[in-house]
Amino acid sequence: MAKYLGKRIFYIILTLFIVSTITFFLMKLMPGTPLTNQAKLTPTQIHQIYKQYGLDKPVWQQYLVYLGGIIHGNFGTSFQFSNQPVSYLISSRLGPSLIIGGQGMVLGVLAGLVVGAVGAIKANTWVDTSATIISILFISIPSFVLAVLLQYYLGLKLRLFPIADWGGFMYTVLPTLALAASPLAETARFMRTEMVDVLSSDYIELAKAKGLNKVGIIYHHALRNSLIPVVTIIGPLAVNIMTGSMVVENIFSIPGIGEQFVKSILTNDYPTIMGLTIVYSAMLCVVLLITDIVYGLIDPRIRINK
Amino acid sequence: MADNAKQTSADDFTPIAGADRAKLDDEKIATPSLTFLQDSWRRLRKNKAAMIALVILIILFILAFFSFLFETHNPNATNPNFANLPPKIPGIDINGFNGTIDQSGQRVNAYAQAHAGNHFYILGTDYLGRDLFSRILYGTRISLEIALIASFFDLAFGVVYGITSGWIGGRVDTLMQRIIEIMLSIPNLVVMVLLILVLKPGMTAIILSIAITSWINMARLVRAQTLELKNQEFILAARTLGESSWKIAFKHLLPNLSSVIIINLMFTIPTAIFFEAFLSYIGIGISAPQASLGTLINDGQKNFQFLPYQMWYPAIVLSVLMIAFNILGDGLRDALDPKSRE
Repeated sequence: MAKYLGKRIFYIILTLFIVSTITFFLMKLMPGTPLTNQAKLTPTQIHQIYKQYGLDKPVWQQYLVYLGGIIHGNFGTSFQFSNQPVSYLISSRLGPSLIIGGQGMVLGVLAGLVVGAVGAIKANTWVDTSATIISILFISIPSFVLAVLLQYYLGLKLRLFPIADWGGFMYTVLPTLALAASPLAETARFMRTEMVDVLSSDYIELAKAKGLNKVGIIYHHALRNSLIPVVTIIGPLAVNIMTGSMVVENIFSIPGIGEQFVKSILTNDYPTIMGLTIVYSAMLCVVLLITDIVYGLIDPRIRINK
Repeated sequence: MADNAKQTSADDFTPIAGADRAKLDDEKIATPSLTFLQDSWRRLRKNKAAMIALVILIILFILAFFSFLFETHNPNATNPNFANLPPKIPGIDINGFNGTIDQSGQRVNAYAQAHAGNHFYILGTDYLGRDLFSRILYGTRISLEIALIASFFDLAFGVVYGITSGWIGGRVDTLMQRIIEIMLSIPNLVVMVLLILVLKPGMTAIILSIAITSWINMARLVRAQTLELKNQEFILAARTLGESSWKIAFKHLLPNLSSVIIINLMFTIPTAIFFEAFLSYIGIGISAPQASLGTLINDGQKNFQFLPYQMWYPAIVLSVLMIAFNILGDGLRDALDPKSRE
């Protein structure tokens, strides 16, 4: 276990190193400087600003400084918000994103499990068909369309929830619903396939032969065993949530990292983009690691140190 | 004995011809033998939802790629005088299609207000007076082009990568899998955004970024399947007969991989369409004045409260496109891989 963990953490560090290297050199290739849009500056002023941001040094030195900074959690200074460290910008915005992302994930996965399980138990009936329709719709309708519709109908027309901004649980409801759609659909699909598989296996037949009642079979045997593989799709679902959060946060103007990422892209705020890229990759790596460990723990058939 | 044999002349052995022969075949208890694809097609045809999806996709393809035949307006031509006109189809008098609009509780003929005379726009116009119908068709074409390009890269790169990795095995496989693992731990969207920033937003940047991110899943699935096939007897036989690796890959591996490839392709396509719309929606995809379903939705959403049709139509087209591809993908999976169905 310890060896496996060490190996995985080594790979995570390697991945993050590669990601930060690639982003750094891509950003260096980028046309334009932070001063492109500013009013005319004298060469000395430009030189001073370059010095302030460390842009006067050769690229390899900038790279080393940058890497050294990352180790200490320092991603440089934002171009857009002057004198605002990127690490502060990110950490102050991480909370809202984690809240709506986490809520969306939990809600989506739980609802998806129910929809998938019901679909499998009632396989090939109208219940199953409507469960399939729900998952196809939620997979297909893009999150930004869903978010706008939720905002308009539940927020503006019915006035059930605030339409935008941040502050308290009520503000998180609509974004959570918008984010939950895609994990719900994916989980339901996956769960249905797994459960149909499990329901046709020998030990279920045995349980039936033993005379166990239906609820007991489903709860004790079918549900538990179908739940295990669902853990493997948590990683891809986390990616969906991250992608979705960029537009959903924008639509509901939530001060999160997704909204910041889009804003930074549109304003060419390279240090922030680089910082967020690394943060996103790190979050994904951690989620993947945790799901792998959990998978190994709950299913003894999966040997963690293969 | 010998005499009996002489008594049967050669004439007794003429083959049965014509109607008699047909009668003979009738007595056989067998269905016509089908190839794998014919069999799958037969199964797919029975799936009503998948067939409807296929028909919708064919219609959308024809509408989008032959749009120049019935485009009534230039999708990029602005006409400020006719801005924000609601949908109007001549001869239909239903609110929503008759050119009237709800203004503070009253239906007002927007076309008369704009002095549009005999002009009509079947899906209305946007805030610059551009014909929404033509723009949606143009945007659909871009989505479908992206779909085709993503499939091409999936096939050209993902399949080759997967087969190579699975077939060669050993160190090469380990290295290739490490590369994939690293790529998997970077969210696709982040890769796309970085590339687009470097390359300047536009079609080329989108195509390249989709190309770089779309093949990974395909490569993994193809590799897993190749590893399984590699140890089967028919591959061993081909090897023993001295077939080259190339020939084995094309003659033996590819046909057996085809169902995995087709099924996965059908799920790459909606993902690619989604990403294009997504990038255009946040403003770094297809740039103005060109239309994409993403930019149309973004434009329409600003006026959603007052001119809902401007967002509804592109959103519906995009959703229908995605739903159709997903349903067809499900149908193809059931048809090509009947084991996957319970």
